[in-house]
Amino acid sequence: MTTKKLPPEYYQMLEEIQANDFVALELNLYLDTHPNDFEAIKQFNDVSLKSMEMKVEFEKHFGPLMNFGRSFSNYPWNWKDAPWPWQV
Amino acid sequence: MFTQFKYWKPYISPFDPCEPIRIKSYSTPPQLYIQFQPPGLPQYPTAKQALHCGTLWPDLFSPYPNPEKKGN
Amino acid sequence: MWYYEKKLQYPVKVRECNPRLAKFLVEQYGGADGELAAALRYLNQRYTIPDKVIGLLNDIGTEEFAHLEMIATMIYKLTKDATPEQLKAAGLGDHYVAHDSALFYNNASGVPFTTAYIQAKGDPIADLYEDIAAEEKARATYQWIIDLSDDPDLNDGLKYLREREIVHSLRFREAVEILKEERDRKKFF
Repeated sequence: MTTKKLPPEYYQMLEEIQANDFVALELNLYLDTHPNDFEAIKQFNDVSLKSMEMKVEFEKHFGPLMNFGRSFSNYPWNWKDAPWPWQV
Repeated sequence: MFTQFKYWKPYISPFDPCEPIRIKSYSTPPQLYIQFQPPGLPQYPTAKQALHCGTLWPDLFSPYPNPEKKGN
Repeated sequence: MWYYEKKLQYPVKVRECNPRLAKFLVEQYGGADGELAAALRYLNQRYTIPDKVIGLLNDIGTEEFAHLEMIATMIYKLTKDATPEQLKAAGLGDHYVAHDSALFYNNASGVPFTTAYIQAKGDPIADLYEDIAAEEKARATYQWIIDLSDDPDLNDGLKYLREREIVHSLRFREAVEILKEERDRKKFF
């Protein structure tokens, strides 16, 4: 519902995901122009695995992060539930 | 090592009505000097620091506004 | 295709209701060097750029949509629940009569977005130089908005976005180096 107040853990967990995913994104762009940097690829794979693990944990508490089959749904269907990223 | 701001002194006429800015500055961020990022640059120690700086590598970080605050 | 992820790329905060700042920020929403123009420019150039750098254009173009969403969030939060009087006092009376407080793709002066902002010459070097220029212009726009803003929370997000322009600019410069090849062969006169 529109008045649902999110606990502080929501913001903490979300920021940890944002930070980890940011490292993945930075390495991704870097590797687009440095495709042979073995160490960077290793680090990219590490943070990608960590991203998956963090999101499984986050979704247990706060519902699906992604649409179209990239996340599992609870019952009832809760993908469409507010709040959306620009509302929190 | 390069500096991230450059300064210049514009011509000032006695007939300029606004209070003159004697020293002007502009930003010259790291991408102007790097050309092609070398592998193995040091990274911020934590992902959160990287996120809040907007880059994974301190060598690519550019401050704004000018921390030296010379001129305007 | 694209999937949506229910999170912003960076935690956006604004300190107070301030529609005047929202009016400035909309330059990066629907302006010539804004995030929409950037996303559309790079994703459109993917089809004709050499294979070696398609991935980079694809990924930076995708990140630009995440930035567009951050700008939208800033505008939304700065104007949420503002009264028509507050909007009018902030110079958004003209916006209000056409859009209420809906977001719209126009620049800070109210000029609607146009694809004339997006170049696609088909020459890889010309297009990448265009992209580098676009990143530098977006960086400068963020600087001028930061200069006008007194909201430290908003400025935190704007500094992040400015830094992203710098990293993108470097990647596009690297793409030029990759395409020109023979980097070690200098011409001596």
